[in-house]
Amino acid sequence: MKILSINFLSCAIKACKSSSDSFPLHAKDAELVQDEIELNPDMIINVLPRLDWAALRTTSSELGFPQLPEQPPTPFELKADETLLKDLHHLLLETQISEGKLVCGNCGHEYAIKEGIANFLLPSHLV
Amino acid sequence: MLPTPDTSHVPYERVYEPAEDSYLLLDTLSSETEKTFLHEAFPDAAPLVVEVGTGSGVVISFVHAHAKTIFGSSQVLTAGVDMNAFACRATVATAAKAQLDNPDSYGMYLGSCMGDLTAPWRDGAIDVLIFNPPYVPTPEMPARPEAFTADDLADAAKPSFDDDSYLLALSYAGGRDGMETTDRLVESLPRILSRRGCAYLLLCAQNKPDEVRRRIEGFGPEWRTLMARSSGKQAGWEKLQVVRIWRDFAAVE
Repeated sequence: MKILSINFLSCAIKACKSSSDSFPLHAKDAELVQDEIELNPDMIINVLPRLDWAALRTTSSELGFPQLPEQPPTPFELKADETLLKDLHHLLLETQISEGKLVCGNCGHEYAIKEGIANFLLPSHLV
Repeated sequence: MLPTPDTSHVPYERVYEPAEDSYLLLDTLSSETEKTFLHEAFPDAAPLVVEVGTGSGVVISFVHAHAKTIFGSSQVLTAGVDMNAFACRATVATAAKAQLDNPDSYGMYLGSCMGDLTAPWRDGAIDVLIFNPPYVPTPEMPARPEAFTADDLADAAKPSFDDDSYLLALSYAGGRDGMETTDRLVESLPRILSRRGCAYLLLCAQNKPDEVRRRIEGFGPEWRTLMARSSGKQAGWEKLQVVRIWRDFAAVE
């Protein structure tokens, strides 16, 4: 699963949805794999407005990637900043989590990732 | 006609095989009316397309592979959810093959995860939701075998016959009116769809599609539904149909 997915996922437990701590899920013991994908600036620029930037900064630092700027760039700034474009392309699209866990900051539930597939099915007592 | 993704690698003894309903969704999404609707609904900011219950992955891989044709831009994000680990694994492979086969039009496939309907997604995250539900009326919902191991890919090298039967039943058995699962999905739409979001929902005649549409339109004055495509009439009924669900805020402001 690509790192970009983490910006769209939250804890699957209903009671956690209203808590700001259930997003983003925290990556733990993550094994990463890299694909080589040709840089497409338009893709990054079109993805930018739908990113939760603060959540992305958290994910990025948890996975050991270079610190992202505190404020998101404007599309215009991003277009002109080849380093940031490349960093975002690498983090969001080229990097995948193959094994590890995603942990809810509210309830502590751990969702296992195996073969790149996260398991959000809940044991029956949590549904 | 856009080429259908190759699913020859999918283990059909435990993953739903593409059938008439899957192909009706492909026809719907590549129809001129829906292409026009999607081009206009998502002119910028890469939409996130999520298919719930991907099975083989034929539908979401079709959207991924033909993103440029369907949306008018290859900046389209796609992802899948299924309760069946094997369906998730199959979908990853189907998407990868479809991408190789359509080098000039594919979007960005983010991956697949296991989950119950829309539960793993953040509120308001989904721009286009696609659902081919378990719609067949059945006396009861499938029961999980006691020693079920097949939701853990690492332990599921050899699922038992009971596990396989359960996994297949999940893909079609819909309980009362064939609507028990679809009802839960419909209830989640106001939470899960983005403001500009829409959903494509497949229904059969026994699901009482007119009632389903009325219920959705009852969510609020901005909610709209439309029969986007049908498989043709049988004894006076549309056997299968795809309903497009969206909100029109401009009309109520």
